[in-house]
Amino acid sequence: MSISSKFKKSTRQAYGEVLLELGKEKNNLFVMDADLSMSTYTCYFAKEFPERFFNAGIAEQNMIGVASGLSKTGKTVIVSTLAVFAPGRVFDQVRNTLVHSNCDVKIVTTHAGISVGKDGSSHQSIEDIALARVIPGMRVIVPCDAVETKKVIKKIVDIPGPFYIRLGRADVPIITHDKIKFEVGKGYILKKGKDVTLIGCGMTVFEILKAADILASDNINAEVINMPSIKPIDKNLIIESASKTKKVFTCEEHSIIGGLGSAVLESLEEEKDIFVKRIGIQDCYGESGLPEELFEKYGLSASKIAEKVKECLDN
Amino acid sequence: MSNNLIKILEKKSNIARQKILRMTTECEGGHLAGSLSCIDILVAIYFKILRHKPDNPDWVNRDRFILSKGHGAPAFYTVLAMCGYFPEDELLTLRKINSRLQGHPDCKKLPGIEISTGSLGQGFSAAVGMALGYWYDKKIDSRIYCLLGDGECDEGQVWETAMFASSYNLKNITAIIDRNGYQIDGKTEDVMKLEPLDLKWKSFGWEVKEIDGHNMNEIVDALEESRGRRVVVIAHTIKGKGVSFIENNNTYHSKPCNKKDCKKAITELCEKFELI
Repeated sequence: MSISSKFKKSTRQAYGEVLLELGKEKNNLFVMDADLSMSTYTCYFAKEFPERFFNAGIAEQNMIGVASGLSKTGKTVIVSTLAVFAPGRVFDQVRNTLVHSNCDVKIVTTHAGISVGKDGSSHQSIEDIALARVIPGMRVIVPCDAVETKKVIKKIVDIPGPFYIRLGRADVPIITHDKIKFEVGKGYILKKGKDVTLIGCGMTVFEILKAADILASDNINAEVINMPSIKPIDKNLIIESASKTKKVFTCEEHSIIGGLGSAVLESLEEEKDIFVKRIGIQDCYGESGLPEELFEKYGLSASKIAEKVKECLDN
Repeated sequence: MSNNLIKILEKKSNIARQKILRMTTECEGGHLAGSLSCIDILVAIYFKILRHKPDNPDWVNRDRFILSKGHGAPAFYTVLAMCGYFPEDELLTLRKINSRLQGHPDCKKLPGIEISTGSLGQGFSAAVGMALGYWYDKKIDSRIYCLLGDGECDEGQVWETAMFASSYNLKNITAIIDRNGYQIDGKTEDVMKLEPLDLKWKSFGWEVKEIDGHNMNEIVDALEESRGRRVVVIAHTIKGKGVSFIENNNTYHSKPCNKKDCKKAITELCEKFELI
């Protein structure tokens, strides 16, 4: 498939825009932020609907609690901050207030993963998918581009209950189509193949698509799956593809512990003779650098992914 | 407030204490002493102050009460049952498997619980969130009440919330602190000094009222006067209040009475009841 790398937009930008759209349609939609509205782009909503936007200041734990209580007065609340702060900094609040009380609060974070870049490891979240996933009943979605982000946000505001949505910082190419409907719990085959299965989410989807092209020139026919819905995950699709190729490679801008890779492995627990390799952050902190440099250094670039696939196939 | 009404509330408190004792002895657990310290406040709230409809817990214009000190569940469940939110005989199922009366309040399980609590410092946040929602909806006749423990004020989140409420100038919320002077590891002033607690709250933009948390008159007056203002009521209480051998005896923080001591306690309370 061909992707226009010329048109790029960050998922957080798309989020800011769709929030504004939804704010006009839904007058019971409220938004909160923790002093980062100009990074998360909730500032667009804040400017247009100041009476429905509440800044909690640099006090994320209270923000979660207030959002939870606010939602119990008949409102849908979206809260935003950087991925490294939610669920991380607010884990107990999300677990014991927000999700425990089944509040209609959606946590949408931005700046996930190492592509945050120069801010360095303190701001590079590589554990947020794992943390969100392990809370009973929390749904976890990682859109891969601006188009998918808008679909996801529009969808989840109409589904009551808690969600965790992970967005990035950098501009990314458009990969998905307007025409394909987003459904919670569904994965999408972007390219059919038979030799290996490549599964990604968020920023790595573009990388695995490019990796598939590299592998094709080595006669390795990769099936490429975009898996935005990490929980609930599209178990059937994973098993179908894995049964066909027998070799699955997951790729995420996240630790290999507890994220997409682990979720895929869990889906395959009862299947026989499937090889699975998790590509991701190898249980280490990130560091300052440019997103492209960091992807290369930490093994998330298309060339590194292709290399890893070939290495595993050779052994 | 009429003398008659005070006596009615005091009698209810006494009965409630007996139920708390029976309940915690039956389940062999539950936070007994901290429930006894706040029961007078809860009785005042549920039988005098709160505008609510037990047969319609979702009534849109209701006042709301949040038990941020979630371990006070035995006291909370007792007043809810006495009001008619659920049958009183269900009280003896506290903490038992499959019970709606969970160890800490679970809003998904029992009517009358606005939000799940148990992890300290969090219910107050949610209470302020509800106050914010009510303020936005211009529910001028409705109010939020939230009970915190004093040890709970160690939690930073409490102060984030206090700051938020002031910053947004919310005036439809009353916080009440069950100032019984103890936390689990001992006296609050030995574990983590809270004093001057009143000045701390004042500096965060709250009006402070200090009362005897077992004087029904003072409780009701303080709560009624807080209407239309942002108030914290520091209620000086005795942990284990009402039973001589439990008062200020911190071993009863989460230890109930055995059957023999429960009988002794009930006898004491019955004698006190006659004097009301």
